[in-house]
Formats: sequence, structure tokens, C-alpha cells
Amino acid sequence: MDVGLKHMLFVSLALFFTGVYGFLTRRNLITMLMAAELMLNSVNLNFIAFNKYVWPGQLDGVFFTLFIIAIAAAEAAVAIAIIINLYRSFSSIDVEDADTLKY
Amino acid sequence: MPLQILLIPLLPLAAFVLLGLFGRRLPGPSSGWLATALLAVSTILSAGVAWDYFFVAGMQDGAYPTQVPFSVPWLTFTDEMRIDMGILLDPISVMMIVVVSFISLMVHIYSLSYMKGEARYATYFSYLGLFTFSMLGLVLSSNIFQIYMCWELVGVSSFLLIGYHYDRPSAVAASKKAFIVTRFADLGFLIGILVLSFHANTLDFPTLIERLTDPASPYLPAAAAPAFLGLSALTWGLVLVFAGGAGKSAMFPLHIWLPDAMEGPTPVSALIHAATMVVAGVYLVARLFPVFALSCPAALEVVAVTGILSAALAAVIACTQTDIKRVLAYSTMSQIGYMMFALGVAGWGAANEGFSASMFHLFTHAMFKAGLFLCAGVIIHHVHSNDLAGMGGLRKALPFTHIVFLVCCLAIAGIPPFAGFFSKEAILLAAWHKSTVIYSIGLVTSGLTAFYMFRLYFSIFHHKPVVPGTGHGEGGPAMMLPLAILLAGAVFAGFVPFSEFVTADGTPSPTELHLGFSVAPVGLGIAGILLARRLYQTANPLPGRIAERWQGLYRTAYRKFYVDELYLFFTHKIIFNLIGRPAAWIDRVIVDGFMNLLGQASLTVSDGISGMQSGKVQSYAAWFLAGLLGFAILTLYILFT
Repeated sequence: MDVGLKHMLFVSLALFFTGVYGFLTRRNLITMLMAAELMLNSVNLNFIAFNKYVWPGQLDGVFFTLFIIAIAAAEAAVAIAIIINLYRSFSSIDVEDADTLKY
Repeated sequence: MPLQILLIPLLPLAAFVLLGLFGRRLPGPSSGWLATALLAVSTILSAGVAWDYFFVAGMQDGAYPTQVPFSVPWLTFTDEMRIDMGILLDPISVMMIVVVSFISLMVHIYSLSYMKGEARYATYFSYLGLFTFSMLGLVLSSNIFQIYMCWELVGVSSFLLIGYHYDRPSAVAASKKAFIVTRFADLGFLIGILVLSFHANTLDFPTLIERLTDPASPYLPAAAAPAFLGLSALTWGLVLVFAGGAGKSAMFPLHIWLPDAMEGPTPVSALIHAATMVVAGVYLVARLFPVFALSCPAALEVVAVTGILSAALAAVIACTQTDIKRVLAYSTMSQIGYMMFALGVAGWGAANEGFSASMFHLFTHAMFKAGLFLCAGVIIHHVHSNDLAGMGGLRKALPFTHIVFLVCCLAIAGIPPFAGFFSKEAILLAAWHKSTVIYSIGLVTSGLTAFYMFRLYFSIFHHKPVVPGTGHGEGGPAMMLPLAILLAGAVFAGFVPFSEFVTADGTPSPTELHLGFSVAPVGLGIAGILLARRLYQTANPLPGRIAERWQGLYRTAYRKFYVDELYLFFTHKIIFNLIGRPAAWIDRVIVDGFMNLLGQASLTVSDGISGMQSGKVQSYAAWFLAGLLGFAILTLYILFT
């Protein structure tokens, strides 16, 4: 059985909703960050798959993936900074505890 | 010449600005002296202008010309329709600047002593300066809009001066009443201005008069065609303008503010509410007289009827009042009524004797009525009361005032050879030529005038045992000098051959005096004096018995024919209940209610949805995701169907 575009998209979709599920159900902010990374990776997989199967002669999808990896690295740094500040303020990194910004 | 004329109103304005800004810092009475000096210059300049106008420049083609020696464009709407600030010289405006500046100077000098020691001495003189400026500006206006502005300015200065003693609630109420009643009348004036200027397509007096009187003018037929309720626009415009004049001149039924205006300081009553501002309405009718007489005699009849009605009514009321200044106020109203009906019975050309007579009476009345008010000031100063009951027997305590008061009373009663005789004869003669009814009412009123003036005279100076002189009573030379000058005015002003200078069309006409005609008015005047002497020279029960006998009439006149009560009924019961309260209800319930409903609704909705702002990141994320999915589904649905 050859691996085709549909297989790739299915893996990507599963990966994305795993990330969404994790993002919505985990209370620990680090875990939520990891879930967000899963979603980013599923998108990367999408780009690569479309690049390979639909326009094999071009490199646009690959470039986008590289950009997303770079941005994700920067975003991780920002997120870690937020987590550290959150810990300083609430002595916890549980998002349920940090709900003071409300009506 | 133009600079000289410009300075006449500008010097009092300078006094107003200087004293208004720096008056309190000037030491002692110097602020009053400064204002008086500036006004003295202004008076001399007006006398010079009058001399130049009547005797040096003189007549052109047998008539005194109407000149506009100075004019600057102020607002230009279209080439034709624009408002110029200018100066108009014709016989009546020249006569008026002399009267206004002269009487104002007398009042300034008098006030130097009368107002001494007042806390707001400089403010008082600055208000007088503002008034004199606006009154001079009013009479010199070359433009109907300019006259309206000055008209409002004199209204404001009158308001300020009536309310000068603002710590007295009655003065505050009186100033508000004067302002509101005259403003109400000025609404008519403004509409009248708009109507007239719309039809003449100009605001400029000489052009407006020419366009609305010349039979060949293309503007006249449209204005004279029936427009509203069967009357022409011209009639409406003139009657509305006259309504403004009637308000300012205290004509029935807009007279109710004048007696209350006596709350102001007495010199102010002399200047504003006797000699100058209240004749502004007469002046306004005289200014537009050609339009009244040539194009719309019907409007002139309104003037005549209002005038004679006010004259008679005020004279009856004056017989019963017990406040010295109120008697004088009603007598002012009565005399202005004379001026009004004199204008009302006048015609154009040969029949314009009423016009000269009216202006003549304005001139002489300014002299003797200012004199009477200034005398009243001396008396009130001495007695510390306005009420006739507190006076009596003052002829030795105030010997000079006694003489001036007596002469002025004789003048207003129309006894020869004093000033009022000549002008009143001229008015009655003009009325005789036009209408017997008006003539007879005027004649009876002149008898009443003599009666109530001498009732006042006998009640003040006789009536009780003589009060011995105390020496200080008459208030020093600054108060005596104006009285002496006005005494001379009351004696000699009548000998001016007035109709040779002031006529409606500028052409002089000879002054006539018919001795036979004078028998009736003078006889009635003497009868009035004798009756007053019989009733009031010594204290006796007769006046009380007469009042009791004619109780109904006496009470009605004493309560001023219930006009004030009528106004109160009309405003409080009818306007407040039928217009004010429904309007307030609509404002409160409907206008405010709609706004409150909007506010309440947004408050409720936001209360309901504020729970979404929970502070929980994951619930935001869930909502975000739900929204995104919804949006994606919607997009797909639109793209694939």
C-alpha cells in the first residue's frame, strides 16, 4: 500500500485534534503549551504533504514549514516567560488559579 | 464731522469700559467725575452737531436732508442684503442725541451726590455709560438691524440698573419682569424686521423707506398685497415693529413692567424710565413714519388707538397710587401715550402736524419729567420713603425742590407759559383735526393729568403742618444744579419753534398757536388743579369719602385695572397648565424616557452577557474554537451550495 495524500492528511487531522483536546482539557500551562506545539506540527505536516503531492516542483510549503518551526521556537520562549511570571504571581502554573482578569 | 459724531456715542462707551474694568481701583468719587467729564464732552459735541445740522449746513431744497455721514459694512449676506454700522442724521435723530446726552449729563451730575457712599458707585456709573452709549447708538442707527442691537443693549442696561440693588428681592423681581416683558415685545420687533426687510430686500433705513413708500417701487405691490389673515405683509410687519416699540414704551397692555421698574435708583428712573429709553418706541415709529403714513395708514390707526388707550388708562391709575415714583411712572406712561397717538393721528404732507407735535412733546416731556424724578429723588432722600403717607408739609424743608417740582407740575399739566402747554396744545390740535373721539379722550386725560400731578404736589408739600428746614435737606450743589437747569428747560423749552425744525418730511412748517383752541384744555387743567387743591391741600376726610363712594372704580384703578392679575392668570393658569406642564411631561416621560430605556436596556443586556468574561483561558479558547468551526461551516455551506 502506497502512502498517499489522504493518509498524510488523516495523520495531520488526528494530530491537530489531539492538540485541541489537550489544549482544552489540561490545566497545566506547560502541557497546554505542548498541545499547542502539536497543533503547529500538524499544520507543518499539512504543508509538507500538499507540497509533495500537489505541487512537487515547488518549495513554498517547505519554506512555510521552516518559518513555522522558527516562529514556534520564539513562541516557546515567550510562553516560558509567561509561565515563569504566572508562577511568580500565583505560585502555580495551573490556569484555573489564574482567573482574576474577569468582569 | 464724522469723527465728531462718532465720538458722541463712543465716549460713554469708553466710560463704561474704563469704569467697568478699573472703576473699583479708582480712589473715591473720581470714577463718577471721569464718567461725567466724558459725557460732558459728548453733550457738547452733540450740541455742536445739532448746531451744524440745523444752522450751518441748513436746508437743501427747502428741507432738512437725511444724511449718512458714516457707514462701514459689517455683515454682507448678498450685495443688497447687508448690515452696515452707520450713523444717520435727520432732524429727529439730531434732536434725540441732544436730548439723550443732555438728560444723561444731568443725571450723571445728580448721581455724583445722590449715589455717594454706595458700595458699587463705579459700577453704577459704568452702567450709566453703557446705557448712554446704547441709547445714542439707537437714535443714530442707519440700519434697522443696528437699531435692534442697540435696542437690546438699552434693554440690558435697563435690566442692570433696575436690579442695581440686587440684595432686594423686589428689585430682582422687577428687573426680571422688565427684561422678560420687553424681550417678549422684542420678539414681535424682530419678526417685523424680518418681514419688512424681506419685502424691501434691504435693512438700510433710507433705502427701506424709499422702497416701501415710492408708488413706482417694484417692491411695494408685493408687500402691500394681502398675505396673512387678510392683512398685507406690510401691515403685519409694521404692527409687529410697533409691538416692539409698545413694549419698550410701556404701552397698554405691555406696560406692566414700568411701575415695577421704579425699584431702580431714582436718577435711573429719571434717565431711563422717564426721559429717554421709554420714548424709544415713539422714536421707532417716528423713524419708520413715512412707511406708516404713506403705505399703511391702518397700522397708524393701531398706533393711535394704543396710544390714547394707554394715556387714559394710566392717568386714571395715577390718580389712586400712593407711591410717589409709581405716580410718576404712570404719568410717564400717560404722556408717552400722548406722543403715540399724536403720531397715530398724523398724516403725510400738510397733515403731519401730529408728527412734529409728538416729537415736541418728547422733547419737553424729557425736560420736565426728568426734573420731576430728580425732585422725587431729593424728596425720597429727605424722607427715606417712597410713600406719600410719610410726606407732607415739606415746602420749608426743601424750598428749592418745591419750586422746581411746582413748575414741572405746571408744565406737565399744560398751564401756559410752561413747556408742556405748547407741546400738548400741538398734540390736541392735531387730534382735533383727525378725530373727535381721540381729541375728547385726550382732553379729559389732560385734565386728569393736572389733577394727579397736583394731588402729588399738595400731598408732598402741603397737606400736613410745615416741617421746619433742617439745612442739610436738599443734598448740595451737585443735586441742585441739574434741578436748576431742568427748571429752565421746563420753563423755556416750549418756546422753541419746533415744527420749523422737526417735521416728518424735513420741510419746515410754521408754528401755530390758536389761543381760542387753548381755552378748553387749560380750563380743564386749572379745574383739575383746583380740585386737587380742595382735596389735598389740608388733611380732610373728603378724599376718603369719595374713594368710599366710588369704591368699585377706586379699587379697580388702585389695583391697576387688574392687568397684572390678568397676566398672572394667563401665565400661571393657562400657559403653565396647558403648555408648560404638558411640555414638561413630554420632556420627562417621552424624551427622557426613551434615553432612559436605551440605557436600561444596554445595562440589562451587558449584565446578562458579562458572565462570559470569566477569566478562564480555556473557556475563551473553547468559544474561539466553536466560533471558528461555525465560521468554517458557514463558509463551506456558502461555497458548496
